[in-house]
Amino acid sequence: MAEKKIVDGRGSFCPGPLMELIAALKSSEVGDELEVLSTDKGSVNDIPEWVNKVGHEYISTTEADGVWHIMIRKAK
Amino acid sequence: MSANKICVVVVSGSLERLQMAAMVASVGAVSGQDVMVFLSMNALPYFVKSNTDKAPHEGAMGDLMAEKNVPAFKTLFEQAAELGDAKVYPCSMAMDVLEVESKDLDDYLEEATGLTKFLDDARDGQVWTF
Repeated sequence: MAEKKIVDGRGSFCPGPLMELIAALKSSEVGDELEVLSTDKGSVNDIPEWVNKVGHEYISTTEADGVWHIMIRKAK
Repeated sequence: MSANKICVVVVSGSLERLQMAAMVASVGAVSGQDVMVFLSMNALPYFVKSNTDKAPHEGAMGDLMAEKNVPAFKTLFEQAAELGDAKVYPCSMAMDVLEVESKDLDDYLEEATGLTKFLDDARDGQVWTF
């Protein structure tokens, strides 16, 4: 059963949120959805780039009240 | 394999350079590239367990980074090794000069390596020097 997880990278700077996402991916199953919260604009560009490069599924990015929500799905 | 190997040589003890080296090593390692890091000169003392000194700042960026919640360079090097299988090698010459042994260094570091081996391993990769 696919799970949804929140990775809270708020307040950190590049590449902190990415590293937190990768650590969370290691303990996730294929199909799980992860939502990264970030206040760092650099990570908003970098995380989808990384996700596509290594072959996971990038879903969407939205922003609310200064926090970016980056949704991805573990694909392998 | 050539374009996929990144060799990071770290000789500076300044916060900005250690930080940038750690960023290149960690992001490269978690992006599927083979990363090897060679720590020597003024960089190596920061990987000695008993050393609690803070790296000095070169300029305003270092001051700002120290105020904000930027990931610590040592954390990034450790994540490079643990999440991305980067190999972090202490320079054997620098260890001799500092009079430290492997057990005195952070646990995620590899065994001491000399320049001969490092240069040989780096021959077919990109080399980044900090």
